[in-house]
Amino acid sequence: METTEEQILESVVIRFAGDSGDGMQLTGTQFTNAAAMYGNDLATFPDFPAEIRAPQGTLAGVSGYQIHFGSKKINTPGDTCDVLVAMNVAALKANIEQLKPGGTIIVNSDGFDSKNLRLANVPEDQNPLENGSLDKFEVKKLDITKITRLALADSGMGTKEIDRTKNMFVLGLIYWMYNRSIDKSIEFINSKFKNKPQIADANIKLLKAGYHYGETTETFNSRYEIKAAEMPAGVYRSIMGNQALAYGLVAASVKSGLPIFLGTYPITPASDILHELSKYKNFGVRTFQAEDEIAGVCAAIGASYGGSIGITTSSGPGIALKMEAIGLATVLELPLVICNIQRGGPSTGLPTKTEQSDLMQALYGRNGECPVPVIAAATPLDCFDMAFEAVRIAAQHMIPVFLLSDGYIANGAEPWCFPQSKDLPEIKIDFAKATEEKFMPYARDEKLSRPWAVPGTPGLEHRIGGLEKQHITGNISYDAHNHEFMVKLRQEKVDKIADEIPLQTIDNGPEKGEVLIIGWGSTYGAIKTAVGALVLEGKSVAHAHIRYLNPLPKNIGELLKNYNKVIVAEMNNGQLIKILRDRFLVDAIGLNKIQGQPFTTEEIKTKLSEILG
Amino acid sequence: MTTLIDQTAPKLSPKDFVSDQDVRWCPGCGDYSILKQVQTVLPDLGRPKEEFVFVSGIGCSSRFPYYMDTYGMHSIHGRAAAIATGLKSSRPELSVWMISGDGDSLSIGGNHFIHLLRRNLDINVLLFNNQIYGLTKGQYSPTSEEGKVTKSTPMGSIDHPFNPIALSLGADATFVARTMDRDPKHIQQMLRRGYDHTGTSLIEIYQNCNVFNDGAFEVFTEKTSKKNETLFIENGQPLIFGENNDKGIILDGFKPKVVNLTEGYSAADCWVHDEQDQVKANILARFFDNPNIEGHLPRPFGVFYAIPRPTYNDMLNQQIAFAIEKNGEGNLDKLIAGKETWTIN
Repeated sequence: METTEEQILESVVIRFAGDSGDGMQLTGTQFTNAAAMYGNDLATFPDFPAEIRAPQGTLAGVSGYQIHFGSKKINTPGDTCDVLVAMNVAALKANIEQLKPGGTIIVNSDGFDSKNLRLANVPEDQNPLENGSLDKFEVKKLDITKITRLALADSGMGTKEIDRTKNMFVLGLIYWMYNRSIDKSIEFINSKFKNKPQIADANIKLLKAGYHYGETTETFNSRYEIKAAEMPAGVYRSIMGNQALAYGLVAASVKSGLPIFLGTYPITPASDILHELSKYKNFGVRTFQAEDEIAGVCAAIGASYGGSIGITTSSGPGIALKMEAIGLATVLELPLVICNIQRGGPSTGLPTKTEQSDLMQALYGRNGECPVPVIAAATPLDCFDMAFEAVRIAAQHMIPVFLLSDGYIANGAEPWCFPQSKDLPEIKIDFAKATEEKFMPYARDEKLSRPWAVPGTPGLEHRIGGLEKQHITGNISYDAHNHEFMVKLRQEKVDKIADEIPLQTIDNGPEKGEVLIIGWGSTYGAIKTAVGALVLEGKSVAHAHIRYLNPLPKNIGELLKNYNKVIVAEMNNGQLIKILRDRFLVDAIGLNKIQGQPFTTEEIKTKLSEILG
Repeated sequence: MTTLIDQTAPKLSPKDFVSDQDVRWCPGCGDYSILKQVQTVLPDLGRPKEEFVFVSGIGCSSRFPYYMDTYGMHSIHGRAAAIATGLKSSRPELSVWMISGDGDSLSIGGNHFIHLLRRNLDINVLLFNNQIYGLTKGQYSPTSEEGKVTKSTPMGSIDHPFNPIALSLGADATFVARTMDRDPKHIQQMLRRGYDHTGTSLIEIYQNCNVFNDGAFEVFTEKTSKKNETLFIENGQPLIFGENNDKGIILDGFKPKVVNLTEGYSAADCWVHDEQDQVKANILARFFDNPNIEGHLPRPFGVFYAIPRPTYNDMLNQQIAFAIEKNGEGNLDKLIAGKETWTIN
């Protein structure tokens, strides 16, 4: 046997693609964990269809998982991939454009028979494995199905069950290619199939088969080494956005002493927050899977009234249903956290694809003058901090707070140098207590926040409701001037939050210069990488990423004046840009993408270069 | 929910439950009587005032919390059940009351209403049924009779009405009762029964809207017709009604029949009410005939059905207690670190 050559690479992008039943998401997350444990920096991008089992073999059914890992700082899952795993024709066809010239394709040749060609709408005589169309790539043709069936011929399992383990062969092979241990995945399989030892054994057998295949056959003449990244010292783990968001909520609950009540209704891509929080009952977390979106938010409001931190999680269509209740919470002046894990809209839209098109909905989507704070997480990790912050603002200011995330960061993973509980700030909460004076439910403190008087407190019996309130007493008031006063007061209450949020900083680039590119939410990684490259080239371009969207940091207006041109990059048809133009009369330029896919670094670089001239 | 009476606490009076707000219902509205009966019953329950919470939706009846000197929330249309669910789940020690109407709970809030009942949260629901939309000035409601001429149905309503008792039984409610605004003693009795029941207590209250639907329940409430048209049911008692208690209900198979107790039948032949009998509760619920039709059955009032079943709030909080017992109080550092970590030096 020839010895394989070992190459050291700085970073690699692998894209696993197959049928939605092929287990590509699992394969991707397993490899992600291994890369993370090894000490690589990384970013991931799961990209799957809305249907659980879309028609087999078709383009609609292709499920992908991309991981970018390296020994350097990684900000995005990568524009294009170095390695494409394609389990069938459709997976190849749907992803080949993302493969770099000279990249490696690992194909399951069984997925290229005439049936699969037909399902993927590829003419019989145009089989890409045979027509030369892949000549500029390095194609590794393996009959993974056949290998799997042979390996498990004596297992006593049915063909259908056997075929389900073929993703483990792929995983084993990739582990071999990138010099990673299969041990953690063996542990994972054993734990996942604890009660099904036969299935566990079969999966482990295939995992090992894949690894040994790399080792013993001469299909691959190189093996790659991606050294650990230089990252700040500390203890790390791998985490996904929705998980980080759930942890942030629990952390805020611990630090405030407010028990969590989550009222919600399952919806993609937010449901994982419910799954996650429902596991933490020993933190006093109450999760309520309601009959609908409206009941979810209303139950959360009821719980907030009772002294819990009421939380509701959803995505665009669900948020639309909750709006009347969010208006109620605004007038009741009760804490509430609304997490919108955005997806493509309008209506049902693109449930599993990402978009940032609910900013206007969060800011203005209610009847009446109904301002609420809106904040947005920039990365999977940032979901933790912003969830913590959402609870703090809601509880200390007695107000509903929108936390915007999206499908891209919700499902994307990153290594996380996680904080210690003792390093997180306390969230101080004072419930109202009876005094000798008559209780005034709508009296206010210096933040313009009203007292949180929870039922069960003697002497504070009072009534609240959705009808306009008289200032201080909280009694129903139809007085004309009182209404105008209260509308302005509720606005001022939101505006005052700007006194305590951090000023806007420049993430990268000069403090004054030619072009400022502004982003918010999940576009962070792509903008950061693009700007980083241009700054290295000596271009006068800076990046600011807004996390507090309402109220905006106080210095935004000043900051915009320091650049000749301002670009606002958003995955929508231009929403933040309208806000900035409205508030600051700035002639900003939009960079918009509405394809259900995140920006690539290249798209941002191209636009910036065009503006820079 | 039964609570031990605290002997040392000062005895509260109905006045203690009257808020400083002027009551703004139309003069003559049936809501006044219901408010008064609630304020009469609450002091006898032996609980401090701060433990009572009244949650309502939107509609005339939903103004109710403003008039009670307890904790209260006047929320949004149809959603009181959901808000009360969140409150009771997180604060099970409170006595939570939901005030709603036929439009609020059976139209816009129909979904929350049935789910509240099936989950069986320990909440007392007072469903004011006046068979009309009052606050929006007189459109037909989901309990209005077919053919009802209103502002929105000039040619008569073509909607088939809900039977709230049958709907509640269908949603697996554990306590279902009916009473009427004009019978203060009976309301009080039903309120006490509802309060004592652990689980969702649905009390439908026939309430006269003297402005938009005056006399809708006259035949059941007026002295001249009440005895012949109503059937007051009591657990373990035979179903007897009529001017001189001279009529009874017998079951012929599953078919109820009115018999004359002065002619060949006696009380011993009559159907004996059993609050725990679901089949019979469903038959009783269907005593819902138009009183103008010849041979109709009398309209029952009282507790149709009452059974014990674990409540959602108890089970939710038991799961929390069990999780703490099993895994210990949550440790944030352990949670955040997860199962797999690595160290970079």
